[in-house]
Amino acid sequence: MTFVRPAFRHPDAPVNRLGYTRKFYEGALSTLCAGCGHDSVSGAIIQSCFEMAVEPHKVAKLSGIGCSSKTPTYFLANSHGFNSVHGRMPSVATGAYMANRDLMYIGVSGDGDSASIGMGQFVHAIRRNLNITYIIMNNGCYGLTKGQDSATADFGSVNKSGSANMFHAIDMCGLALELGATFVARSFSGDKQQLIPLIKAAMSHPGFALIDVVSPCVTFNNNPGSTKSYDYTREHIEATGAVDFVPFMNEITTEYAEGDTVEVALHDGSTIHLNKLSPDFDPCDRHSAVSRLYRAKAEGDILTGLIYIDTESKDLHYLLNTADQPLNQLGKDKLCPGSSALDKINAGLR
Amino acid sequence: MLNDFVIRFANVNGTGSASANTIFAKSVFRMGIPVTPKNIFPSNIQGLPTWYEVRVNEKGYLGRRDGIDIMVCLNPQSMAKDIANVRSGGYFMYDSSKDLHRELTRDDVHYLPIPMMQMCMDKFADPRQRQLLKNMVYIGALAALLEIEVPVIHQIIVEQFKGKEKLVTANYEALQMGIDYAKAHFNPCPLPDVQVQRRDKVGDWILMDGNSACGLGAVYGGATVLAWYPITPSTSLADAFGKYAKKMRIDPETGKNNYAIVQAEDELAAIGMVIGANWNGARSFTATSGPGISLMSEFLGLAYFAEIPTVLVDVQRGGPSTGMPTRTQQSDLISTAYASHGDTKHIMLMPSTPAECFEMTADAFDLAEQLQTPVMVMTDLDLGMNDNMSPPLKWDDKREYNRGKVLDAEALEKLERFGRYLDVDGDGITYRTIPGTHPTKGSFFTRGTSRDEYAAYTEEGPAYVRNMERLARKWESAKNYVPGPEVYQQEKKSEFGMLFFGTTTWSALEARDMLEAEGITLDAMRVKSFPFNDEVRNFVDSHDRVFVIEQNRDAQLKTLLVNEIGIDPGQLIPVLNFDGFPITADLIKQKIFKNLVGKLKTPYKAVHVAPGDSQVEE
Repeated sequence: MTFVRPAFRHPDAPVNRLGYTRKFYEGALSTLCAGCGHDSVSGAIIQSCFEMAVEPHKVAKLSGIGCSSKTPTYFLANSHGFNSVHGRMPSVATGAYMANRDLMYIGVSGDGDSASIGMGQFVHAIRRNLNITYIIMNNGCYGLTKGQDSATADFGSVNKSGSANMFHAIDMCGLALELGATFVARSFSGDKQQLIPLIKAAMSHPGFALIDVVSPCVTFNNNPGSTKSYDYTREHIEATGAVDFVPFMNEITTEYAEGDTVEVALHDGSTIHLNKLSPDFDPCDRHSAVSRLYRAKAEGDILTGLIYIDTESKDLHYLLNTADQPLNQLGKDKLCPGSSALDKINAGLR
Repeated sequence: MLNDFVIRFANVNGTGSASANTIFAKSVFRMGIPVTPKNIFPSNIQGLPTWYEVRVNEKGYLGRRDGIDIMVCLNPQSMAKDIANVRSGGYFMYDSSKDLHRELTRDDVHYLPIPMMQMCMDKFADPRQRQLLKNMVYIGALAALLEIEVPVIHQIIVEQFKGKEKLVTANYEALQMGIDYAKAHFNPCPLPDVQVQRRDKVGDWILMDGNSACGLGAVYGGATVLAWYPITPSTSLADAFGKYAKKMRIDPETGKNNYAIVQAEDELAAIGMVIGANWNGARSFTATSGPGISLMSEFLGLAYFAEIPTVLVDVQRGGPSTGMPTRTQQSDLISTAYASHGDTKHIMLMPSTPAECFEMTADAFDLAEQLQTPVMVMTDLDLGMNDNMSPPLKWDDKREYNRGKVLDAEALEKLERFGRYLDVDGDGITYRTIPGTHPTKGSFFTRGTSRDEYAAYTEEGPAYVRNMERLARKWESAKNYVPGPEVYQQEKKSEFGMLFFGTTTWSALEARDMLEAEGITLDAMRVKSFPFNDEVRNFVDSHDRVFVIEQNRDAQLKTLLVNEIGIDPGQLIPVLNFDGFPITADLIKQKIFKNLVGKLKTPYKAVHVAPGDSQVEE
């Protein structure tokens, strides 16, 4: 871990649309191991929020328990955070989202938190399609309890103590696709070029947006034979395409070669440009996404990038026909039917 | 036995008997006579025996009473047992479409055979109607035998089948068939010794189930988010909230819902959602039963330690484990009071009538926000799922929702430094902020780990101790917020006392009157909340011996009293019932009497609360 962070920032540091510098989006100093993939993901969240000119106090960051779940302390110091119970962040986020539909929700979880103890809640949050950016910092092991295999550790992957995992891995993206998730992406903590636009797109998506980020554990799972190490991931990474996210308010300045680019229009007017590497892949088609994911797996590759997006996503408030005004802002006049209504009820019970 | 008897209906689950039986109870109630209807039902949807019992008692004793005066049996499965349960000299009405087995005859019981099924087969064509309407045939026969006013029954039928005129006509016909049959075949009819006669003993009271009252209380209390998981006997509470919200919480302009209901995947998720919503400033609650409390324990510890308002209604049933899911008990007190690991304590409210279910559920939202902690409303199956007579529900339109110590943007602006867990007022209750309030002030990290006054993570011993001691201070403050006990005498009359709560109340008060008649006077107090207020302590201290009456095996209220206010265990005598049936006055009386043999005191005048009056001197 790092003990000191220099307070100095360049006097001409760029500011975003709201007049905030990147520093405004930072959090407390990380207490994770030096080189931890999770810190890179925190950095990508900070960069994304800065570039998107998000109002930090209009963000709620929620997590469960574990190394990954500690990270919300390390970004967006001006946002409320909730480090809840192991594996139960999805339910807390669901309640919070029900209370106030106007905030932006960032959920951070790990492979132990989401794929083991919290599998039940993860699955049902997807089914309900609550509007949240759900980031799994996936290192294939339990870091905080010293490196036990997790449910996303690949079959045969060798951990630090030298034993090979005898169980097959749960693929969180494959599972999410199966469950009807409306936004599914995978990335690598060492690839900010890809991760930042994916986070921005996820934040703009009106529904459950999963980003499964391979984020190596430098202390317990970065050894030879591990399939979640930096080296292994770099060697086996295969992207669905180069991703660029263009927010609604920005002009499109990037040039793409014709025929290779898919433009995905998001609900809020933003656009995702996907510079595809494989011509038969369509990120708006669930079948195509599933088969592409399976093919990569069969070939021993780690497929990253935007895997699937449903541009017609309808979130939980839409499904429940909830009032536009956040429920936590409704006053007595809208909530309490009053004594005359009660008198009528009493009369009906005699 | 004018206006004083117990009638039990033995039916098969799923045959439509519930609506006919309700018509019976409501008819007597509309004639101004207090009734206590109780469902005794199995964990089953169709086919198993189910009973419905009504105690009719013009004195207003609303507890359950042993001894069945009239049994109406339509279920061959349970018939042998049903006959055996009739008191000597009582009546046994049954469907005589098939002959009664010889072994089922008793010399000391009057038989009232009616070929209900056969009559309906002859009269009605539709097979479902034949089955449903035979229930109205026995209601008709009872009307004739007990002299229930037929126009009253007609009116209830009209109300129950509003908009379904064909059903009204068919029910009238079946009712009349029963009346005619009884008059033609039974002599004497009406019965000489069991009768109903109009009185004016119910005043403005209502007949309502506690679960509906809790659901409605949540609507009035400003709940906007309900997260729940189906479990008997609390399911109908969530249903009631949904029903009332649909009627009264849809925005007339937009047609959108000013509430949200999420049926969670399990109880863990349900309470997680409630905590998330409350953390984010909405009033949110869940309803569950004992097994749900077990599952929610970890989260309840988080809400206690992270200080998040949480409202939960526990409709208690028979435990442990799956226990008796369709029977009543008051056996979750300890598991709820101390739910979760580590040093935790939770606030409990204990209603005893639907009016209190309504009031306490609404109050729970104020209390939870004022004290920033879980508040549990402890009802039970008997109160929750049966129609209980109750004072009418009351709401004061001047009442505002008390959100407790919440800092808004303006207050934060003036504040130099916000300390989420800083005890500014010395009462252990700190100030909180709701996400999204201020761009740069008031944000903090909510966590289940130890933290300092400014919500920063710490494992420093002194900081942890300061926080835990402040939580204990808050617990002391809570005693001034929770409702005080109900006292049933102006001044001390006896060195013996009785303490009870919730659905034990009516039977306890009746037992007190029975003992009074035998020369034993007891002072009575009803506990309405945990932590216990000082009055509870004073009551115990001022009596030599206090009978603690409750419906569980291990004397859980007694344990809490000993634990929390350091009472000498020998001073508290448990009076317990835990067979799943509501406790009776007879049982209480006998147990107390046995304990007090040889200690008879000079009799005093009995005082008890009768429905329709306030305090009545007899």
